[in-house]
Amino acid sequence: MKNRLLELLQENCRYTDEELAAMLGTTADEIKAQIKSFEDAGVIRGYNALINWEKVPGSEARALIELRVAPKKDKGFDEVAERIMAFEEVEGVYLMAGDYDLAVFVKGKSIQDIAMFVARRLSPLDSVLSADTHFILTKYKSNMIDMQNLGSEKDERECMV
Amino acid sequence: MDYDRFLNSKIKNTKPSGIRKFFDIASEMENVISLSVGEPDFKTPWHIRQAGIDSLEKGKTFYSPNRGFTALREEICTYFKRRFDVEYKPETDVLVTVGGSEAIDAALRCILDEGDEVLIPEPSFVCYEPLSTMADGKPVIIETKAENDFRLTPEEIEEKVTDKTKLLILPYPNNPTGASMSREDYEAIAKVIEKHDLFVLSDEIYAELAYGGAKPVSFASIEGMKERTVVISGFSKTYAMTGWRLGYALGPAEIIAQMTKLHQYGIMSAPTTAQYAAIEALKNGDQDIEYMREQYDMRRRLIVKAFNDMGLTCFEPLGAFYVFPCIKSTGLSSEEFAEKLLFSKSVAVVPGNAFGESGEGFVRVSYSYSVAHIKEALKRIKEFLTELEK
Repeated sequence: MKNRLLELLQENCRYTDEELAAMLGTTADEIKAQIKSFEDAGVIRGYNALINWEKVPGSEARALIELRVAPKKDKGFDEVAERIMAFEEVEGVYLMAGDYDLAVFVKGKSIQDIAMFVARRLSPLDSVLSADTHFILTKYKSNMIDMQNLGSEKDERECMV
Repeated sequence: MDYDRFLNSKIKNTKPSGIRKFFDIASEMENVISLSVGEPDFKTPWHIRQAGIDSLEKGKTFYSPNRGFTALREEICTYFKRRFDVEYKPETDVLVTVGGSEAIDAALRCILDEGDEVLIPEPSFVCYEPLSTMADGKPVIIETKAENDFRLTPEEIEEKVTDKTKLLILPYPNNPTGASMSREDYEAIAKVIEKHDLFVLSDEIYAELAYGGAKPVSFASIEGMKERTVVISGFSKTYAMTGWRLGYALGPAEIIAQMTKLHQYGIMSAPTTAQYAAIEALKNGDQDIEYMREQYDMRRRLIVKAFNDMGLTCFEPLGAFYVFPCIKSTGLSSEEFAEKLLFSKSVAVVPGNAFGESGEGFVRVSYSYSVAHIKEALKRIKEFLTELEK
């Protein structure tokens, strides 16, 4: 029941408590309590709208920066991650296994703007060994949602049974 | 040219399906939110599609044996033993058909002689009556009742049985009502069936879509019933494989042998690609069934509550993917309700009387749609009811 509630909230966090209760066969009070305990435990960290910024005039450029980083004794990657997270240009930071260490999602007014941010603020950080910038052209799918409405197929079911 | 004289009179007198009518109107309109289809909204799970594709890549494009591939018949029997605890022999007791519908048609034609009476509980899927008529049988309708949640009772059979009655059709879990028969319900009618020496066609195409914790029951698992029952099932509803057109019949070897003869002359064999996909479905598809059932179940609870809250009372359906709310409180007939709702709010539902006269006063609502789609439709139905009251 817990996981199904999370799945439903991830699908659409605007379902009402009553709707969630009906779908999961429980009461709205129980749903409220469950959500509260998820929030308290840090399982639910927030409620975002999924916005296709490409459709918003004058919106920012976005990039993925692959950072190779020297971890610190005792603190590992946490310290540098915390510093990077603090930049307001940074939308997301993931620790990765593979050829690089941190995937940093960045937004800026322009591609130029992002390039300058990487050169002036990210690269000079102590433990950063290299930064590889990839500009994002289009988000096709994000958080399970088809952002461009490419796959919005027509309901082809026409047989009456 | 006057074609009338070339046409068979039974088919000429057969009415087109009442479901079709509303669908045709709705398909001409724009922005219609439909709750009228009778098939899963899920695509066939990928690994099942892949098995079909693989078979094509390997050039497996020939007819299968008339009865269906041995491997598939074996899997069907294994599945039936595992899920319903009924044993069938793959060599003699299974016929793989073009959907459950072909199996129904073949069974009726192999069982009925001219004038034999067929008991058909209604509301039910629209094919039984015309197919019985085409098979020279005489349909006798049993009107199941809302107060019994549209389950069939032994008394209702007793009322309609005559010395000409040969066959009883058991359409559970039921389209359009979502009604379901428990083991106890089945045991109660089994006694009457034995007493009057009837044969049974049990259409269990929706058996896997059972909710409320009830384990699906096959009528053939009721003591003494296997030997007098043809079970119809298939892959369409269970694995979201409607377009593959694959079903099957299970029953006594003597009956299946006759059905195989008919199938072999009229159809040859069921689609080969679909059979390869179906083998994969039976082997590795349990999780898919589970997933789809959970999704349907959430929608079912949402929609049942919404209708009851709106005052269109609706018993809790425990099978298939339909709800059957009562619309008598609006003072409208089923057809008027469906028509007004379609024209004023562009929501399509199917009038209950399309499934037999006893469906009058109800509408069939399918929840084989996304939650977002269902919510929009429910919102519009609520507006419709508010405007009706004014």
